[in-house]
Amino acid sequence: MPHAFVPLSAPVGAGSLPRLWSGRTWGYIGVAALVLFVVVPLCNLAVPAGSIFHVSDFMVTLIGKIMCYAIVALAMDLIWGYTGILSLGHGLFFALGGYAMGMYLMRSIGHEGVYQSDLPDFMVFLDWKAYPWYWSFTDHFWYCALLVVLVPGVLAFVFGFFAFRSRIKGVYFSIITQALTYAFMLLFFRNDTGFGGNNGFTDFKRILGFPIHAPETRMVLFMFTGATLIVFLFVGRAIVLSKLGRVLTAIRDAENRVMFSGYNPVYFKLFIWTLSAVICGIAGALYVPQVGIINPSEMSPANSIEIAIWTAVGGRGTLIGPVIGAAVVNLGKSWFTQAVPEYWLFALGLLFILVTLYLPRGIAGLWTRRRS
Amino acid sequence: MMNLAVLAEQRAREGAPSSKTTGISDGRVVTPGVDISHGGILYLDAVSVSFDGFKALNDLTLIVDAGELRCVIGPNGAGKTTMMDVITGKTRPDSGTAFFGQTIDLTRLSEPEIADIGIGRKFQKPTVYAEHTVFENLELARKADKRVWATLTAKLDSTARDRILSVLETIQLAPEAGRLAGLLSHGQKQWLEIGMLLMQEPQLLLLDEPVAGMTDDETMRSAELFESLAGDYTLVVVEHDMDFVAKIADRVTVLHEGHVLAEGSMSQVQQNEQVIEVFLGR
Repeated sequence: MPHAFVPLSAPVGAGSLPRLWSGRTWGYIGVAALVLFVVVPLCNLAVPAGSIFHVSDFMVTLIGKIMCYAIVALAMDLIWGYTGILSLGHGLFFALGGYAMGMYLMRSIGHEGVYQSDLPDFMVFLDWKAYPWYWSFTDHFWYCALLVVLVPGVLAFVFGFFAFRSRIKGVYFSIITQALTYAFMLLFFRNDTGFGGNNGFTDFKRILGFPIHAPETRMVLFMFTGATLIVFLFVGRAIVLSKLGRVLTAIRDAENRVMFSGYNPVYFKLFIWTLSAVICGIAGALYVPQVGIINPSEMSPANSIEIAIWTAVGGRGTLIGPVIGAAVVNLGKSWFTQAVPEYWLFALGLLFILVTLYLPRGIAGLWTRRRS
Repeated sequence: MMNLAVLAEQRAREGAPSSKTTGISDGRVVTPGVDISHGGILYLDAVSVSFDGFKALNDLTLIVDAGELRCVIGPNGAGKTTMMDVITGKTRPDSGTAFFGQTIDLTRLSEPEIADIGIGRKFQKPTVYAEHTVFENLELARKADKRVWATLTAKLDSTARDRILSVLETIQLAPEAGRLAGLLSHGQKQWLEIGMLLMQEPQLLLLDEPVAGMTDDETMRSAELFESLAGDYTLVVVEHDMDFVAKIADRVTVLHEGHVLAEGSMSQVQQNEQVIEVFLGR
């Protein structure tokens, strides 16, 4: 057997398979699913508020919000960790998904706004008499669900097509994504744009007919977010373990070689870039009903940079790492902003520096290092 | 100044190797798409390229026959790498034409399209996918439908596996199949990149300094490899190592200041007055 060193069952990815999700990682995912779908719902809804096992509504919302961020970090890992393209504009796709869902939620308020009008309060305030054309059909949930996918997807596709075709790479690409999200933020800040200006959308009453603040509604949204996160983890895993995933990593490491091997990197980048944007949009759509507000500050450049920090802290190119990174950073942020709010940005900066210096593969890298 | 017609005529008089004698009709070199009915596989005619006024290629005319092993030598800045850039679509010529076979105009195709029709290129600096195993490097290079969807759903069948294993044997990296390519030695990376070219099943291989940084032993084994590939493939080798060139070359083309200074066997070229002047500065 001259080739015994190549296991015939799985020679492909012989190097990368063990690096991505050992048996133990699968165990952790199972435990996480159990907590999300059984423990948290029981402890929130069934255990009385006085008990030490009670999980407060605040915690449910916080964890739900963090899971939305984790989905974004996962999307970031596909484009940055695996393909080597650093986007500093992913907050834009997240916000656009959020706004698309927000339009539906605004329409669902009905006549219960402050002015008891057919129109949302901010339109009454602007003295508008009817919905602008782009609000057409937004009273239908499925139409808005379609927008959640299409708006970030089409924008990313068009932007990506021109950027990748022009071979814009590295820091230049990062800068224009940053400029893109900033331009959209300015656009959405304007009252005339028709998305509520700097207040954005808020005061939602119901979703699909259910009261949006009811604990049961909250719990369904929470579980749906958890399920989405897990589904996207599996989608991401299937992609990075496919031949296409290996091409993406090859583009990251030696794009010229990829091109002269007969692959057109433009289309591969466009595929993963657009998918990444769509995943962000879906995360934004899940975020808005749980948090109860969407406004243009979500498009601020700082927000998009934070997404990159979650991913770097958790560990690029590991899928599970960025999920952990998003959780760690945001739990930290939640604690700091309650206890010592003025120190949060210092702590975040320090964390980023420490990770860059001592943990090039992030928290997930710590894991594999200890194991080997 | 040679032009294409004169060069072709001269080649015809010398008796260009027919496809039978060079064993190129075995289906490897001759595949649909590349018309080599006149014996030549690569035609550069009066190609000029300038960068900010510097003429990297100046009226370069060159014909490479199917199945030959051609070495291209010349001092630094002679235009060797720019010539490869023109052939592989990375640089567009300011004037002149580049044809693959009789019919395929290379100046109209993109880099991936040129790779797809059968021109493989090895870079001066060995370029492999450091985070993939040797096996995966070869798998990615393999000739296949390389569009996005086909790549996403691709499965490795036993034919492909056998092909990869046989190339691993050819490039003597079989024991390293499961190692990350980034961990290979410099010489091994050079060989892996050559293996990746072979996986593409090209008609024409362009090798830019393939033995740079290799040990004497590795260089010797490379010479054997290239000699065994000639005939089945057409090879154009750019190299500085004169002993290596003397060992392997059928024909040598000397480039100087962007055009062909001399062409012929190694001994002919070495006796050429102009070549001696350029290389030795006399």
